Amino acid sequence: MSAAAALARDDETLRRRAWDAAAQVCDPEIPVLTIADLGVLRSVEIAEDGAVEVAITPTYSGCPAMDVIGVDVELALLKAGLDKVRIRHVLAPAWTTDWMSEEGRAKLLAYGIAPPAATSSRRALFGEDSVACPRCGSERTQKISEFGSTACKSLWRCLACREPFDHFKCI
Amino acid sequence: MAATTSIALTETPLIAYVLRRADDALVLGHRLSEWCGHAPVLEEELALANIALDLIGQARSLYDYAARLDGRGLTEDDFAYLRDVNRYRNCLLVEQPNGDFAVTIVRQVVFSAFMDPYWRAMTASRDETLAAIAAKAEKESVYHLRHAAEWLIRLGDGTAESHRRAQAALDELWPYSGELFEVDGAERALIEAGVAIDPAGLRGAWNTTIDDVLTQATLTRPAEGWMQTGGRSGRHSEHLGTILTELQYLQRTCPGATW
Repeated sequence: MSAAAALARDDETLRRRAWDAAAQVCDPEIPVLTIADLGVLRSVEIAEDGAVEVAITPTYSGCPAMDVIGVDVELALLKAGLDKVRIRHVLAPAWTTDWMSEEGRAKLLAYGIAPPAATSSRRALFGEDSVACPRCGSERTQKISEFGSTACKSLWRCLACREPFDHFKCI
Repeated sequence: MAATTSIALTETPLIAYVLRRADDALVLGHRLSEWCGHAPVLEEELALANIALDLIGQARSLYDYAARLDGRGLTEDDFAYLRDVNRYRNCLLVEQPNGDFAVTIVRQVVFSAFMDPYWRAMTASRDETLAAIAAKAEKESVYHLRHAAEWLIRLGDGTAESHRRAQAALDELWPYSGELFEVDGAERALIEAGVAIDPAGLRGAWNTTIDDVLTQATLTRPAEGWMQTGGRSGRHSEHLGTILTELQYLQRTCPGATW
């Protein structure tokens, strides 16, 4: 094997190790989801100077969790023995709920948050979405507010079991 | 950079264009944040704070871009905290006081009905950074518009008192709507270069949204008349100074203070 090829292989091993460490970091506001589940973790690359470059993207422009996520990623990589880390915030392509993994959706549901629907009429000015209750499964639900406990969630109530619940908005 | 309480910068047409969008978002975000602890119900408290957060997030991305364009090592914070009032480029609409809840909601409807198609158009800008910021903001503005439109319908088509207040708010803020569609020479050149958005092309979409909402709200669209202007070139109403007094207090008092 040539020296260059060996170096490239080392880089790939390092990159995978860094990805695996970063992928374990949980969202500070929805602790059952990792940033990989959410699609917030966009890429992990090894820069020319040997630093690990981690790209993350916000769910919403004003997402206050971004700084915490950045620090958590740095810590996770440090624990994995990687101390030269740079965090990059990227905006393009814009984050979408389509990036949320199936596993992530299942975890959300188990946690009591209705996952984003596959399809939505989000463009409609007065659209009526239907969201199933994460507790009892009933579709007899009602939106209380478009804005919930975090920017990415809306607030609903179930008319069958009477429980209020969060719904991860589809964007 | 040494601690200072004021920055002056050379505004290239692109920087000026970016700052106009950024200042709109920051000032309106700040205004909405003033509702924290005062909103009529808890859900509204969360909603207005969420929208404020989106707007301030958009402003941060735009200031960050302006800083990179400027290239002298300024940060997003410098734009927010260290510019004097006549350096702010926001339209007059967003700095108007919150008033009663109807005034806040009308301001949201007028602004969001404009920004929603604006951001969508900007996703096709030849400027990649602006297109990326717009792709993000566009997803948010649709929620902002829907939230405000639903409220205005509820207020206009509600009680006699809520109807009266909603109509009064509409009449009061209407003269600030014209400035949204203003374009100056420098901006015109950017429009022709495919970077900036021509607001004239959004007039139809804005009219349709406004008329649709006002009809459902049983409110009367004010007659077209004289429109307020000045914000884009730094001539503001007295209200912006009051906002900045609060927003910039810490950096003016303890220059260079950090968390």
